[in-house]
Amino acid sequence: MNFGAIDPVLLIASLMVAATPLIFAAIGELVVEKAGVLNLGVEGMMIVGAISGFIIAVETGSPMLGLLFAAIGGALLSLLFAILTQLALATQVPSGLALTLMGLGISSLMGQDYVGVKPPTMARLDIPVLSDLPVVGPILYSHDPALYLGLVLVACVWWFLNRSRAGLTLRAVGENAEAAFALGYKVVRIRVLAILFGGACAGVGGAYISLVRVPQWTEGMTAGIGWIALALVVFASWKPGRAMIGAYLFGGVTVLQLNLQAAGLAIPVEYLSMSPYIITILVLVFLSADRSSAPGSLGRIFHASR
Amino acid sequence: MITRRILMASVAALGLAGAAFADGHAKTKVGFVYVGPVGDGGWTYEHDQGRLAVEEAFGDAVETVYVENVAEGPDSERVMTQMALDGADLIFTTSFGYMDPTINVAKKFPNVKFEHATGYKRADNVSTYSARFYEGRAVQGHIAGKMTKSNIIGYIASYPIPEVIRGINAAYLHAKAVNPDVEFKIIWAFTWFDPQKEADSAKALIEQGADVVLQHTDSTAPQAAAQAAGNVVTFGQASDMAEYAPFPRVSSIIDNWAPYYIARTKAVMDGTWESVDTWDGIPTGMVKIGEITDAVPADVKAEALAMVEAMRKGEYHPFTGPINKQDGSAWLAEGETASDGDLAGMSFYVEGLTGDIPN
Repeated sequence: MNFGAIDPVLLIASLMVAATPLIFAAIGELVVEKAGVLNLGVEGMMIVGAISGFIIAVETGSPMLGLLFAAIGGALLSLLFAILTQLALATQVPSGLALTLMGLGISSLMGQDYVGVKPPTMARLDIPVLSDLPVVGPILYSHDPALYLGLVLVACVWWFLNRSRAGLTLRAVGENAEAAFALGYKVVRIRVLAILFGGACAGVGGAYISLVRVPQWTEGMTAGIGWIALALVVFASWKPGRAMIGAYLFGGVTVLQLNLQAAGLAIPVEYLSMSPYIITILVLVFLSADRSSAPGSLGRIFHASR
Repeated sequence: MITRRILMASVAALGLAGAAFADGHAKTKVGFVYVGPVGDGGWTYEHDQGRLAVEEAFGDAVETVYVENVAEGPDSERVMTQMALDGADLIFTTSFGYMDPTINVAKKFPNVKFEHATGYKRADNVSTYSARFYEGRAVQGHIAGKMTKSNIIGYIASYPIPEVIRGINAAYLHAKAVNPDVEFKIIWAFTWFDPQKEADSAKALIEQGADVVLQHTDSTAPQAAAQAAGNVVTFGQASDMAEYAPFPRVSSIIDNWAPYYIARTKAVMDGTWESVDTWDGIPTGMVKIGEITDAVPADVKAEALAMVEAMRKGEYHPFTGPINKQDGSAWLAEGETASDGDLAGMSFYVEGLTGDIPN
């Protein structure tokens, strides 16, 4: 199968790479929102993760260590949000926006000496027989480990939210914080942990951009992908599987439209350029016809006195 | 230092610091509006180098402020208004999409001088300035046509405006001249700065056989993609991007704004500022060709340098006829050169390019 100059195998392989930062960021934010917290700082946490991971990977030569520190960097920034919103009871929306502004500033400060530096490459998986299979090999068995980590994460989060007691508790906190508190659950502690998890995931997503997808450090390089992740969580009706489908759609159509342009397809470029947004929204709106709604306490400040 | 400025600029943009700048008129205050971050390594980076050169040249007599990552369109109007309110005497707006906002804000502040880069609308207090990047594109096209083995050259275009179309045409004409089999694959990214999209575009072009990738977007992401691919030639865009030399980046177009920014700031200080339309290129040094590395064969390098020299002396114009438009109709006759008016409004591909220009 060959569409003009486009090789579908290479296309699918590269759409998986394009979708991965979005998967990490969206899954992290999904857990945060399930706990009833709206953190609009995804973009900021991603870019801080991107530069933290980049610096550590360059200095130690280990991309995996870079990813780890990207998670720590993102979590540290989100800790600030957690303190502001959970302990100081600040409003979540402006706190999240401030987090994004601050993250962009901090990251450009941290990254000043790293413009133009080449990061160590993340070794791709090379399974003797499987990676050499035609078609299936390049699509399924020849990516970097972080990409698989993203898929595993989606499965784990799904299991956690739907099948584990801790996950149900987290959802209870998100649906009705007062009731959960009355039942004896530590609302603030659970929310802080969820926020930290979201920060770590966003950080890894950011580092995936700076270490694998681009790979280099440039100021502002996340270029709005954090906002896409936020929108994705809503359109995916707070369901991990749908968030993943959405990320693949968005990444896929983005890469596909660029390939179609390069192949000189006779569809006006304007339509191709807007297609990732429109198709992703349409599909997810269609999927969410079952009227799943936002967590009941989403974005509300909780204090035990009320 | 830079962060402090960013903070100052952001605070100014939020309109919270009017008082802090109340003494702005003691010095000549020069504002810069940037479309990307100053660390993009390309377009905005070079404008910021120009700003730093202004500070260097006048020391304490000037104060410069900038706001980066300003979206083209209405938001930029807010940023410019705030700069003018904060006492800026001269404001450089450094992206095509700031054209109408600049004109609008200039009407409200007749005593503030505005300079808009790459646009075509002027007013009594609005000058326009641009560089003849297409001269550099001609050199790139020549090298690209000689170096491609697959005969497929990828081109990451940004927005369908005359400046970008001129670049594509100039590069294509000169690639075609040395390699009749050459084919251009063009991707319109519809962004000036988005490293991920630029990287994806470069990858898509490379996967479809391009072994030379030209870019009209601002970040170094395509350079990194080419480096990862291993055998793909690129050129620095707007800035030298020397960190990717000697390969994949084999040469570059460097925008050298510093002399212009210094001259215009001086004019404001002396009270001699007038609304002008400046369009300079290789002869005045506003466009520079970055070092051609040894990855380019010596004879090709010599030819390229000869072309640069001919343009410097004004002996060669990259758009010299005969040239037909894409539809086959005649544009320039034998020996005729394109007028500035034709170039400024260029909205068509030359003969041989495939595909349509988006509206």
